[in-house]
Amino acid sequence: MKLVVSAAPHIHDELSTRSIMWNVVLALLPAWGFSIYYFGIQALLLTAYGVIAAVLSEYSIQRFRKVPISVDDGSAVVAGMLVAFNIPVSAPWWIPVVGSVFAMTVGKHVFGGLGHNILNPALLARAFLMASWPTAMTNWSKTTLGSISGMAGVSVDLASAKAQMLVSSATPLGVIKYLRDKNFVDGLGVTAEQGQEVAQMLMSKFASFEVVQNLFWGNCGGVIGETSVIALLFGAGWLAYKHIIEWRIPTCYILTVFVLTYVFGGINGIFSVSILFAISQIFAGGLVLGAFFMATDMVTSPCTRRGRVIFGIGCGVLTVLIRLKGGYPEGVCYSILLMNLAVPLIDRWTTPRFFGATAKRSVK
Amino acid sequence: MQKKTFKYGVHPPDFKSLSSGFAIETPGLPESVTLFLNQHLGKPAIPLVSVGDSVKTGELIAQQDGFISANVHSSVTGEVEAIEDFVDASGKLSKGIRIKAEKEDDWVDLVDDEKYLDLPSDEIIKRIQDAGVVGMGGAGFPCYVKMMSKNIDTVILNGVECEPYITSDYRLMLEKGEQIVAGMRIFMKVLGAKKGIIGIEENKPKAIKALHSLLVGQSDIDVQPLELKYPQGAEKQVIKACLDREVPNQGGLPADVGVVVQNVATAVAAYQAVRYRKPLIERVVTVTGSAVRNPKNFYVRLGVSFDYLLEEAKGLIAPIAKIVSGGPMMGFAMSDTQASISKTTSAIVFLRESEIVSKEEGVCISCARCIDVCPLYLLPRMIVSSAKNKLWDKAQKSGALDCLRCGSCAYVCPAHIKMVQWIDLAKAKLNERALGEKKI
Repeated sequence: MKLVVSAAPHIHDELSTRSIMWNVVLALLPAWGFSIYYFGIQALLLTAYGVIAAVLSEYSIQRFRKVPISVDDGSAVVAGMLVAFNIPVSAPWWIPVVGSVFAMTVGKHVFGGLGHNILNPALLARAFLMASWPTAMTNWSKTTLGSISGMAGVSVDLASAKAQMLVSSATPLGVIKYLRDKNFVDGLGVTAEQGQEVAQMLMSKFASFEVVQNLFWGNCGGVIGETSVIALLFGAGWLAYKHIIEWRIPTCYILTVFVLTYVFGGINGIFSVSILFAISQIFAGGLVLGAFFMATDMVTSPCTRRGRVIFGIGCGVLTVLIRLKGGYPEGVCYSILLMNLAVPLIDRWTTPRFFGATAKRSVK
Repeated sequence: MQKKTFKYGVHPPDFKSLSSGFAIETPGLPESVTLFLNQHLGKPAIPLVSVGDSVKTGELIAQQDGFISANVHSSVTGEVEAIEDFVDASGKLSKGIRIKAEKEDDWVDLVDDEKYLDLPSDEIIKRIQDAGVVGMGGAGFPCYVKMMSKNIDTVILNGVECEPYITSDYRLMLEKGEQIVAGMRIFMKVLGAKKGIIGIEENKPKAIKALHSLLVGQSDIDVQPLELKYPQGAEKQVIKACLDREVPNQGGLPADVGVVVQNVATAVAAYQAVRYRKPLIERVVTVTGSAVRNPKNFYVRLGVSFDYLLEEAKGLIAPIAKIVSGGPMMGFAMSDTQASISKTTSAIVFLRESEIVSKEEGVCISCARCIDVCPLYLLPRMIVSSAKNKLWDKAQKSGALDCLRCGSCAYVCPAHIKMVQWIDLAKAKLNERALGEKKI
């Protein structure tokens, strides 16, 4: 009889680091399936390149560092998938490869590997790729789908070069970014009134039920992983059911974006957009992907409950700020990265009140 | 009645059905018993007998030493064989008195005060003290000390039994409900408490019903159903659950919020001590685990060996990987079956390989699950990372000294980090430092 003598507890919850990571992979599969359905085999290949590159680079780094090889824990697979999910399907094959290698080296292992990185590796890789190959990272040529073609009908009538630009910037948020740019509208080769009219028309088109529906089902342009809200929510639901992600970060994040967009999102002052427009804005631009799969990254999000609320709201404020005032059409990536940097500070600020810490002792 | 609970905690599977259906059995007398001098919190008792002395069942063999300590009585009739170190129910070597039992069971004289409730409080407290009654839920705090608390408005009887596998308190509530209620009456009278609450988790509906029917017409004692959650049986948690009162941290006591908590088994022992002057020499122990042939609840003499109990449960049917004394969340892993039970041993669990987890400690991925489950709202992962880096001040700021060692954090840690041990280390270092400062 060989007995194990160890300290309590002697039983353990079924979740392990490994099963958490593989559950995240599982939760990403529906969105991947949708993108393969919409974008074709290229979506499958690019993701595969990203995953293989991530796993191989983690393996080599760990060999080089002479530490135990842990590629089977699934964390490299998750990172590789998320890198690829942040890339447009028309990107060349080496974009996800370079992204994954960057994520694994600079994003993860320079800090000491799993659990030690301060920034989300996949988002860091996306920021790196955006800065290095902006054209490849914003080429939506293969993604002109339902809702955008509908919009193209409106803009093509204008028959100007600028209007064509509107079509090629084929993510919903990209179109809106152009509309916010007064110079752009002025340069459409129409009168100011007409320009305003076109802008209004397109904005209201975004507030249509049809666009919201298209965004929800994924019938619109975007990077590989961000398009289908329903598929992402399906995966997120699974993670919530498994208690792998917690509601605070995604809820606070999405609600903040929704409220701020509803209040400040219009081009005619505050409260100038409809609820449907605000909804289309939370379904667009990778917010759902970011809120459920990247802002919730355990390693780079706050530990305390109040900290998670602050983190979610912070991500939301920064996202809307970037979308409305910044130079990029969407701000999920940078807002999460910026908030990642604030995590140690947030954790320190939000130390909870311990049980009984403020309770009064009875007078004796 | 509305179910209540405390905040956070975990939901381990309860495995109670293995033994919950079996009525308490009283097996034959053991051949020998080992009675430890420290079956309680506080100072060990001082032996009153020497090797070769013959003792009666219930005879005082070791005298309490100081205020927080407890008497120890012989649980059999026989001859003192040895007074030396034996393996106790926590797996440690500890001084005990081994008594070789004779065939007959010759008890010391007991009484029967039918009007025990009319006895003066001092006398009641003295009888509880004399009988060596201690908290039988696990902590082993001398019962009589709690009975001297002032300004108590509520007595809570703890029938939560939140540890998986254990069913000894459950069977007691089903079978000896009237003694539990009698114990409650004694506690309430002595403490002057107006209210009594018996807290029971919802996975024991029969116990809730049984006690409820005993209390018809007694509106000052409630049976409070509680949601199923670990560690609801911890003193602070059961008070939070039943009354929504928070015991102050850093050394606060239930009495600070007007409450005394006693385990249901302690209530039975106190009742027997007050009415019959019967010393605490017997208790219910659950012998269970999927590897045991006949998992059961036994009413046995204190000091019987694990071997004896396993034999009564008809042995093992499968290879085991671990023997746990107590529940699997806070109990002790034993190296063999030579050890003997004490006043606080509520169960012995024999676990198969597939039921235990013995994994290498991994890397913290700051998933914060430990923080999400901590019933005392502490920051376990910060305590652990501080302890690993020897940052004792930071460990203290993260709540190291408040930890109740329930193991919820370690239960959920996906990296299998030995949370409780690291926190223990931080605690030990902080206490050591505090002692050092006092000396200077």
